[in-house]
Amino acid sequence: MKVVLQNLTKIYPSRDKGPDVTAVNDFTFEIPDGKLIGLLGPSGCGKSTTLNLISGLETPTSGKIFFGDDDVTNLPPENRGIGLVFQSYALYPHMTVLQNIMFPLENFKGKDRLSKEEMKEKAMEAARLVQIEPYLERKPAQMSGGQQQRVAIARALVKRPRVLLLDEPLSNLDARLRLQTREEIRRIQRETGITTVFVTHDQEEAMSISDQIVVMKAGVVQQIDNPQDVYDHPVNLFVASFLGTPPINVFDGEVRDHMLYIGEDAVMKVDLEDRKVIVGIRPEGFILDENGPLCCSLTGVQVMGRDTSVVSSHPASRNPTVCSIISAENKVTGDTVRFRLKPFKTILFADDTEQALDYSVLE
Amino acid sequence: MEKQSLKGWIYLLPALAFLAVFMIYPLFDVLVYSVEEGYNSASQTSFGIGLYNYAYVLHDPYFIQALKNTFILVIITVPLSTGIALLIAVGLNSITKLKELFQTIFFLPYVTNTLAVGLVFMILFKKTAYSDGLVNLLIQSFGGTSVDFIDGPYWAKMFVLCFYTVWVVLPFKILILTSALASVNPDYYKAAKVDGATKWRIFTRITLPMIAPMLFYLIITGFIGAFKAYSDAVALFGTDLNAAGMNTIVGYVYDMLYGTGGGYPSYASAAALILFAIVLTITCINLLISRKSTAV
Repeated sequence: MKVVLQNLTKIYPSRDKGPDVTAVNDFTFEIPDGKLIGLLGPSGCGKSTTLNLISGLETPTSGKIFFGDDDVTNLPPENRGIGLVFQSYALYPHMTVLQNIMFPLENFKGKDRLSKEEMKEKAMEAARLVQIEPYLERKPAQMSGGQQQRVAIARALVKRPRVLLLDEPLSNLDARLRLQTREEIRRIQRETGITTVFVTHDQEEAMSISDQIVVMKAGVVQQIDNPQDVYDHPVNLFVASFLGTPPINVFDGEVRDHMLYIGEDAVMKVDLEDRKVIVGIRPEGFILDENGPLCCSLTGVQVMGRDTSVVSSHPASRNPTVCSIISAENKVTGDTVRFRLKPFKTILFADDTEQALDYSVLE
Repeated sequence: MEKQSLKGWIYLLPALAFLAVFMIYPLFDVLVYSVEEGYNSASQTSFGIGLYNYAYVLHDPYFIQALKNTFILVIITVPLSTGIALLIAVGLNSITKLKELFQTIFFLPYVTNTLAVGLVFMILFKKTAYSDGLVNLLIQSFGGTSVDFIDGPYWAKMFVLCFYTVWVVLPFKILILTSALASVNPDYYKAAKVDGATKWRIFTRITLPMIAPMLFYLIITGFIGAFKAYSDAVALFGTDLNAAGMNTIVGYVYDMLYGTGGGYPSYASAAALILFAIVLTITCINLLISRKSTAV
């Protein structure tokens, strides 16, 4: 089931005479059938509001939502056929796991009504899918966070929703479990083929799990693309900074006579007119080179096993430190360290609009 | 370790001493009084030890009347007040406008002087030389005959007592239930709504179980409070409750000690212990039920 969002806008009226808050601003997007979409952005960027609009818990100020060809904009949540998983799981603490999973089925009315056996059958099926059958008689409090999350997913899936919505489902788990559950969600989504929207503020999570990523900021969609393209070709400085750990290094630069300068260092020839630019360099974009053009003063070296993180500083850097990741075979000593740059990992932005600039490197 | 615990006990000593003198010793003394037959408070002597006091109390028609009154009061007011409080709390929880105002209004009786409340009830129910009371005026305007609620038939008096009790205990229950309702994670409601549960199902399957511990707390304290009712009856019917036929068990105990024709600490103690046994039994039953239904 494809999901179409058409000029979706949600404005919250002001409280205490403040200005109105536009949580989601003119969001247009078609989520392809059976794909997993990651809604990514910092707190307050409107990603959860978008999810609530799709679920029907909130109604849009303007714009339309379609599930397939059905206009669901004004349907209440219970008639949309969605499954929703909360950050807090929202498992009913007084019910057993089985009762929790069966709860959505018990609400069916009229001809959809199921017998006890059918309900149990379907609940067991969902439990099998998320692999929690041994715990069906337990209460949620007797389970670990990861298991509770699986129950929540089973409960969302049991009535065969047209769309599955996950609101920060991994935030309450510890790091190792988060990694596991992430894989699990991916597997379940593939097996069921249900169109899924996944909200997160964790860029790594979004990149690893999604078919496509929607990056949002202050209610406005910044970029929609597959994870690798969002990372490699960010449309603006915000997207570039939001994705990647360690974050991208940002420098003030300038193009003079087709030469790109970072501070006073002439780093590469580019096909741009003379102008001021912002230079973004991914940590993996640095190559250690004694004769390299970019000269930084060395602050320290952090050994991470597989790689080495070189922490240095540069006068033109917008951040106090410049972080570069190089292979662990290299030895770094002395007061200064010189780098060559990988053009593919060096992204230029307009200094005024912060939009990415198209450029090629001249040899 | 030993030194540590000694220090702890020293810290506890003032409170323990206080409890021992004013709680434990009197409790023990009540037990002793209740089994001393023919105790004379002037000479501080008794004939012997036995259960005669209990037998006397249990055969005393005044005690039987007090027992009956108390049970009726408990059985009517506890479920009624808890139910009404729940309704009001749910209502309060579902409105957004003027919520604070209504909360304050519903809580006012809790901070209002008992005498003032008594006065208000008098105006509402009491027949005087000048007026039949507001309620009677209402009844008359609907074509009924006026009833004397204070000195009239038993059911009228019991009605006033129950009404008064419910009204007095409501604010506290509403307060507890509103906060219990507000503390339920809204995600539960969202999840249930998405899953298509009707309002009624959400209330019975989610809200009620979630606030069940608070409900049981209110029911248990409500039972205990209602069994110990006394001042309410006095406020409505005056101090001679036996004559009014509206005595309660605690009232009976008081009368046996200090009332006209009182001065029988042995009978009073026996009655107090009978009340204790009743409250203990009911509380145990309540706890057993609540354990069973809210077990995790």
